Amino acid sequence: MATLTGSFKGFGVTFAHMFRKVITTDYPFSPPKPAPRYHGRHILNRHPDGLEKCIGCELCAWACPADAIYVEGGDNTDEQRFSPGERYAKIYQINYARCIFCGLCIEACPTRSLTMSNEYELARDSRQDLIFTKKELLAPLLPGMEMPPHPMRLGETDKDYYIGALTNPGTSAGAERAPWSDADTHDASDPAEHVDRAETAGTVRKEGSPR
Amino acid sequence: MTDVAKKADTVTLTVDGVEVTAEKGELVIRVAERMGIAIPRFCDHPLLAPAGACRQCLVEVEGQRKPVASCTQTVAEGMVVKTQLSSPVAAKAQAGIMEMLLINHPLDCPTCDKGGECPLQNQAMSTGRADSRFVEHKREYEKPIHISSQVLLDRERCVLCQRCTRFSEEIAGDKFIDLMDRSSGEQINVYRDDFFGGEGTGDGQAGEDEGDVPFNSYFSGNTIQICPVGALTGEQYRFRARPFDLVSSPSACEHCAAGCSQRADHRRGKVLRRLAGDDPAVNEEWNCDKGRWGFRYTTATDRITTPLLRDPASGRLREASWSEALLAAAEGLRDARERGVGVLPGGRLTVEDAYAYAKFARVVLGTNDIDFRARPIRSSGSSPATTEEADFLAASVAGITDVTYEAVENAPSVLIVGLEPEEECPILFLRLRKGHLKRKLTVTAVSPYLSRGLEKLGAALVAAVPGDEARLLNTDPAVAGALSAPGSVLIVGERLATVPGGLSAAAALARRTGARLAWVPRRAGDRGALDAGCLPNLLPGGRPVTDVAARAELSLAWRVEAGVLPSTAGRDVDRIVAAAADGTLGALLVGGVDPADLADPRLAEEALAAVPFVVSLELRQSAVTRHADVVLPIAPAVEKAGTYMDWEGRLRSFAAVLPGTAMTDGRVLEAIAALLDVTLNTGDVSAIRRELGSLPAATARPALPAAEVVEPARPAEREAVLATWHQLLDLGTLLDGDEVLAGTARPPVARIGKDLAESLGVVDGDLVTVSTDRGGVTLPAAITDLPPAVVWLPTNSPGSTVRRSLGVTAGAVVRLQAGVPGPILAEGVAR
Ligand code: SF4
Ligand code: SF4
Ligand code: SF4
Ligand code: SF4
Ligand code: FES
Repeated sequence: MATLTGSFKGFGVTFAHMFRKVITTDYPFSPPKPAPRYHGRHILNRHPDGLEKCIGCELCAWACPADAIYVEGGDNTDEQRFSPGERYAKIYQINYARCIFCGLCIEACPTRSLTMSNEYELARDSRQDLIFTKKELLAPLLPGMEMPPHPMRLGETDKDYYIGALTNPGTSAGAERAPWSDADTHDASDPAEHVDRAETAGTVRKEGSPR
Repeated sequence: MTDVAKKADTVTLTVDGVEVTAEKGELVIRVAERMGIAIPRFCDHPLLAPAGACRQCLVEVEGQRKPVASCTQTVAEGMVVKTQLSSPVAAKAQAGIMEMLLINHPLDCPTCDKGGECPLQNQAMSTGRADSRFVEHKREYEKPIHISSQVLLDRERCVLCQRCTRFSEEIAGDKFIDLMDRSSGEQINVYRDDFFGGEGTGDGQAGEDEGDVPFNSYFSGNTIQICPVGALTGEQYRFRARPFDLVSSPSACEHCAAGCSQRADHRRGKVLRRLAGDDPAVNEEWNCDKGRWGFRYTTATDRITTPLLRDPASGRLREASWSEALLAAAEGLRDARERGVGVLPGGRLTVEDAYAYAKFARVVLGTNDIDFRARPIRSSGSSPATTEEADFLAASVAGITDVTYEAVENAPSVLIVGLEPEEECPILFLRLRKGHLKRKLTVTAVSPYLSRGLEKLGAALVAAVPGDEARLLNTDPAVAGALSAPGSVLIVGERLATVPGGLSAAAALARRTGARLAWVPRRAGDRGALDAGCLPNLLPGGRPVTDVAARAELSLAWRVEAGVLPSTAGRDVDRIVAAAADGTLGALLVGGVDPADLADPRLAEEALAAVPFVVSLELRQSAVTRHADVVLPIAPAVEKAGTYMDWEGRLRSFAAVLPGTAMTDGRVLEAIAALLDVTLNTGDVSAIRRELGSLPAATARPALPAAEVVEPARPAEREAVLATWHQLLDLGTLLDGDEVLAGTARPPVARIGKDLAESLGVVDGDLVTVSTDRGGVTLPAAITDLPPAVVWLPTNSPGSTVRRSLGVTAGAVVRLQAGVPGPILAEGVAR
């Protein structure tokens, strides 16, 4: 008797689950949508005219508890300008074999150059590929942006950029969201979805990138 | 430090409630430091005079109405001092000062090179307020201004501590940077003489004597190092790294014989900057710009990384394996041993490597034909048989270490001959200047003219026509008078070797007056090579090769049979070159020697071409590798451990800064020796150090040389006697690849006296051509107070390669001509 009620109790759990919401996901065909502030892979943002926000200050590298970031600064010149002001990041690398996605680096960044996207698909088949360089990390050019090096377009000095950022943030706002953040499902049959996903996911826009 | 004897009396005071005894005259900030109390400060620097400029170090002193600056306040009996640790008044005062300093300070930390090692950042955290009450616009200045090609000034970041201006005035003596304007517009800036209507010529040209447009100082890098904020930064290191990702290794400077200790900061196998090390006995906390910034030659593209062998068929060098190259070197040297092998190790070696050459020459090659001197060692006309310098070095220098920086600083009087301290030994120059300013040291110089460097030493000049120094040393009353006070020091430079009888006269003068004698060579490895036995007449330890007992003891120590060590003095560098050129020698073994440095570069090149076999141990492609049959790459100083011996004879040991696979000279020589069945035991620095330490010391000294004094040359009409020496920053191979550093070199000029200027009809800045039969040098004239019929040229500066273009050295007679050379000379000049 006790055995019988006992088994009904046990099946009760099973039955109850049959009517709950399914938590398994149809990955990779419809990847789940992470929380808006999910700490995914990083982005190096751009000013509205396309200049890089990163000034190569290494504060992110300094803050990183996992020693995942490597930066080497360089001089902007009038002929070769990558960021407003005097300094830019000549070399910028994040090693995703080390990164623990703590986000301390983006807190340290004084220019809001470094932010995190929602992208979490970071598996690669070699360690070398896990070291993302400026090529992978830089945000793609949005309409109206121009590929550096080029002169400062927003004003005479770097101050114009930082003051202007209050109203015109470039790619810093919104870039946190991966492309699928806006769509609930993902159409795996659309070949466009596969193009360079690994490298540009998180920043690809509907308008498409010029790259 | 202050004399203990004079300041025996002490006072007792209380700091933060703790009673402490201090010397009278000590500064409160130093007493607190000794007690482990850190008072924040910016302008205070132990080697500079107190200024009280920044007010950050305020403390409360009982009985004083207002807080006082602890860096200018000397201690007094019964004084009660309260620092920020125990006094809210002091803490509030410091926080207030910090707030005011930050009012106009930009938010530059992320791009500022000082960020991460910035006293302002640190002290703003430790003593500043947590928030700012300042809402107005900050003062703005033009972002960095280049005050020289190396140094940048960002006035917005400056806290007006005046460390830089005090350094340049008190230590370097180049008043190039100063406080200007008043009130909130007060700023550090540089004199631009054209702008300020000073003594400049108005052509915007930086002249050496023209009040120093812009930042024309050999010591400018020190201001960057002591600036407590990021207001002064260096072009070379700008934006390159952050302190946290640099690894700092102590090291020693490989450039000159001053022996500065250094700190090399590197990351990822590359040195990014070098700083002056802290060694009170030698360089105190300073160094010169050459040592600070001249390190890029190791990363030059022409660095040799694999052994090279000359292909007999094509006559070209080709890459080879180590075993193949070593075997070729060993076989070639073995075959040449019969005819003789000359060894030219050069003056850039560590003691250990020099010792390896000395031992290799004696034990493997069985020769005394070894000479480290890569420079003229006698006057142009002297007979090659004179061995004056070698004899002098044996008698008065090798193994002797009784003159030190401290002795120089504390001497009552110093006589300098054949040396331009600022150009040829900058740290000795700083020490002389310190002695002159702080201890009334009187400096007398025997030199053709009173250079700016000598002026800064307050030197009295005994004007000498080049070649006439020996006579002056022997007979001039002013010279002897300069050394009459007990404890005086006679400093001779390596250049005195080119004056016949000069070194003999100097040694005799020192003996006559009782003055101590110091010999100052130019290169970092010279003194070490001398003591390690890289001379034809000396064995390691400064013992003569002709001394039977010395040879016997050395044979025992080296475990070689009696009779292996050659018993007669060998050929010196000039004779090695001559013997190689006329086909007597069978081979040359050359370390880092540039033929252009030798007395006759053309003959040296001919010798390299003529000699049947040349082994070159080199870092980079050079004139020697062009002729070499075997080229073996060796490690630069950063990649090896070793020891330099500075001019004092002090050992400056250092460990390898960067890991590298390149071998030291000693290890390469050991490998060659092994192929010839000799165990050289020079592959490892500690083994060499042990062996060197166990060698018997020199006891008896050979007699002083007594070379004849020769009348100086008599120039005819339109001729002059040549005076010349190296500028600190010139065309030296260790300065290759650094245009920014070269930008602070002094502009090359030809100095002529008024008499010559008049007879040639030139004025300052006009071109003059100095020529010999070999060729000519054309430079703008600088009219200088020189003895009649003397012309001065920089030895190896852009447009003035004296030895290569003229083929002569100081004391020779040269022709003079206004303007550019005529067609006959044009070819020679163009080279
Ligand atoms: S997220 Fe954390 S671990 Fe990753 S790079 Fe940034 S600081 Fe380093
Ligand atoms: S990403 Fe930000 S913190 Fe990192 S170097 Fe660039 S500006 Fe500095
Ligand atoms: S000087 Fe110091 S406080 Fe000022 S910007 Fe540079 S790092 Fe920051
Ligand atoms: S530049 Fe630097 S050292 Fe000179 S006064 Fe300013 S803060 Fe002081
Ligand atoms: S450290 Fe005392 S006033 Fe600057």
